[in-house]
Amino acid sequence: MIHTHTYDALVVGGGGAGLMSAIYLSRDPSIKTAVISKLYPTRSHTGAAQGGICAALANLEEDHPEWHAFDTVKGSDYLGDQDAIEVMCEEAVDVIIELEHMGLPFSRTPDGKIAQRPFGGHTHHFGQGPVRRSCYAADRTGHMILQTLYQNSIKNGVEFFDEYQVVDVLINQGRCVGVVAYEVSTGDLHVFNAKAVLFSTGGFGRVWSITSNAFANTGDGPAIAFRRGIPLEDMEFYQFHPTGIYKLGILITEGVRGEGGVLRNDLGERFMERYAPTMKDLASRDVVARAINQEIREGRGINGKKYVYLDATHLGKDVIENKLPDIADFCRTYLGVDPVKDPMPIQPTAHYAMGGIPTDMNGRVITDASNTVLEGLYAAGETACVSVHGANRLGTNSLLDLVVFGRRAGLDMARYCLEAEIGPLPENPTADIEATFAALLATTDGEPAARLREELQDVMQDEVGIFREGKGMERARVKIRELQERYAKVVVMDKGTRFNTDLMEAWELGNLLDLAQVTTESAINRTESRGGHMREDYLTRNDAEWLKHTLAYRDARGEIELRYKPVTITKFQPKERVY
Amino acid sequence: MAESRRKPTEAGRSKVRIRVLRYNPDTDKQPAYRDYTVSVEPTDRVLDALNAIKWYQDGSVTYRRSCAHGVCGSDAMRINGVNRLACKVLMRDVGAEVVIEPLMGFRIIKDLVVDMESFFAQYRSVLPYFVNDSRPPERERLQSIEERERFDDTTKCILCAACTTSCPSFWANEEFVGPATIVNAHRFVFDSRDDAAAPRLERLNGREGVWRCRTVFNCTEACPRDIRITQAIGEVKKAIMYGQIA
Ligand SMILES: Cc1cc2nc3c(=O)[nH]c(=O)nc-3n(C[C@H](O)[C@H](O)[C@H](O)COP(=O)(O)OP(=O)(O)OC[C@H]3O[C@@H](n4cnc5c(N)ncnc54)[C@H](O)[C@@H]3O)c2cc1C
Ligand code: SF4
Ligand code: FES
Repeated sequence: MIHTHTYDALVVGGGGAGLMSAIYLSRDPSIKTAVISKLYPTRSHTGAAQGGICAALANLEEDHPEWHAFDTVKGSDYLGDQDAIEVMCEEAVDVIIELEHMGLPFSRTPDGKIAQRPFGGHTHHFGQGPVRRSCYAADRTGHMILQTLYQNSIKNGVEFFDEYQVVDVLINQGRCVGVVAYEVSTGDLHVFNAKAVLFSTGGFGRVWSITSNAFANTGDGPAIAFRRGIPLEDMEFYQFHPTGIYKLGILITEGVRGEGGVLRNDLGERFMERYAPTMKDLASRDVVARAINQEIREGRGINGKKYVYLDATHLGKDVIENKLPDIADFCRTYLGVDPVKDPMPIQPTAHYAMGGIPTDMNGRVITDASNTVLEGLYAAGETACVSVHGANRLGTNSLLDLVVFGRRAGLDMARYCLEAEIGPLPENPTADIEATFAALLATTDGEPAARLREELQDVMQDEVGIFREGKGMERARVKIRELQERYAKVVVMDKGTRFNTDLMEAWELGNLLDLAQVTTESAINRTESRGGHMREDYLTRNDAEWLKHTLAYRDARGEIELRYKPVTITKFQPKERVY
Repeated sequence: MAESRRKPTEAGRSKVRIRVLRYNPDTDKQPAYRDYTVSVEPTDRVLDALNAIKWYQDGSVTYRRSCAHGVCGSDAMRINGVNRLACKVLMRDVGAEVVIEPLMGFRIIKDLVVDMESFFAQYRSVLPYFVNDSRPPERERLQSIEERERFDDTTKCILCAACTTSCPSFWANEEFVGPATIVNAHRFVFDSRDDAAAPRLERLNGREGVWRCRTVFNCTEACPRDIRITQAIGEVKKAIMYGQIA
């Protein structure tokens, strides 16, 4: 059955970015807004964020938005667009205060202000040493942001379509005019006609086998957009967080190192002193993750295995129980390790997409190097690439990105909805997705989607992970093609219409395959090392040729075409990056 | 039967029998148990075992899940008779025969997926959001470390419903607001910055409010976030009786 709805503004995704924009849209009751989310909003992965959200509040020591901007530019390995970075770091202060006014229960300083702690890559005086900039609520900052934004959405009467999965975007006469969603509990399709659509569907860590990301993080938004001709920017830059729980990938926040925790190898050495003499364990993530893998490769993993220790035993019970209670709980539950007494076994874990749907500073989706706007379509949050994170995101800058650019997108959508007329739907808006689902359901004899997904994740982990190299990535390219062919014959065992998550998982696998392909193609072409993209056959950064953003398109034959776009540089000229 | 081709990462794999209460109202007259055998490692989560069934044996087995580490609240269910998050229980702690059933007291949509709308409606009924209509200061509202600590415990709630659906008072009367709602009211009632304690307490002093709690402690035992729920309910009761909100 097909239902049709009409709205002014649609927000796809109920995580931090989506809810922030919905709150802004809901402030004007004349704008009819709905949030569509495949998860009940409070289940979004924003709730898993632990460490903090940064702003130069200077609550504990001198700090300035300009220092924050410099750190972000340097962290990005100079690939971030500096105009957008300046805006983010300037608006950070105001937006954090706004969150506090919305009720967010930040941890506090002794004089009652928002508490702040050091975090990787955040420094004073342009790199002189760590600064306390990360605002936090114990080690569940993301949980508090998500709850606070959801609570305020209820307060403002935002309308929700929970457990509706968006499966297509409708573009007609050069404008975005809505989306198609699958109602999970019934299997019905819903066509939403709207003036403005925001994609805020989060990340896609499920492309890799060891990840901190939720099962739901399958990159639906970027994959849908890509299939409809929208480019994806900088997809070769994917962040591996240094400290995931060994084998499980569950994140151990950088806040542990912010509080004084250190990394140790099999010899008990604090090896980060060798790799980053000034910032040590608080160097930026790409640097620390590579150092860990280097130690492991050289045989200094614990007992020769693929992990090292994160040692917090010297911090004392008080700090761990009060400032890092969730981390302690994870270690006890999943490892049987008590971080008060024993070091935690960790390995790098696939964590964050720097790349995504290209947007301008108001969240408007752009489609080429001259920043042509696709009218009516917006993106914000991890799904989007503004680009403020460039080749490597600093910790605490993503939560900030969500609220700063979620707010900006909400405001711009409101402006647009007041002046634009609603665009006509294309003919047969559900035809393509119906065909896709019918094909998935028709197969009765073939492979389970899970097997393909595991093979994809394993090859991406091995060949398009922390260390990359031309030959290995070539193997990944061949493997992905093979998997795409086999995907045509996966079996969905559940043939029903009621809460068919079997069908949705198979459809999501198609998204993971497409995003893995774009990531691999973008990575093969970039013959340099920068931030999260580390090539062993091209060890250094090459600004002369590669100080530019990648834009990947799908051409008419389904092949990937790569184009490039210049980086915006304002105050900070590229320099060598040492921590 | 298909299986994953991934190599086991650990010694000590064993076969376990998982008995799942299955129900699809479109095709089944009533719920019925079905047995599956899966090979697991002792440190696998119950969620991993469910995934092994869904991915390789029977794709129609249905449950909610997302974060896989106990922070999103998707996968509360009854595991060997007690409410747990499937992602927060390890196989080594449940034995070789495991019974998995949906939460009690909600309509079953399919298998382990229940309709939680009534749960969220109760939650929404206590103004679960910050209220302070005075003009905010330029910077943050100040709050001491002690004031912040006062409601810390109840900020941890992930709305998983494990508490409410383990409560005998809720089983007896589904109109009872339930522990989760009280927890979320507590979070604001005891926030020094908030101004709307009165309407929340009024609602909780009503027929379906806190007085239905018989301090059975099931909720506290069920809570995957270790929130001291019974204590929080006690504090709300006191606030209603003595107007104490400190
Ligand atoms: C474990 C962990 C810890 C982190 N810690 C920090 C930190 O301390 N500081 C920091 O700055 N950053 C941190 N990050 C990064 C940051 O939390 C994420 O990048 C950010 O929360 C993503 O928010 P989002 O709103 O873009 O997406 P999400 O919160 O993931 O929300 C995505 C939303 O989209 C919906 N959705 C997805 N697909 C569809 C579809 N097809 N149809 C409809 N809806 C859909 C989902 O239901 C969900 O509501 C962390 C990340 C992880 C994984
Ligand atoms: S109080 Fe605990 S058990 Fe109850 S809903 Fe919240 S997290 Fe779940
Ligand atoms: S899957 Fe998120 S709590 Fe279990």
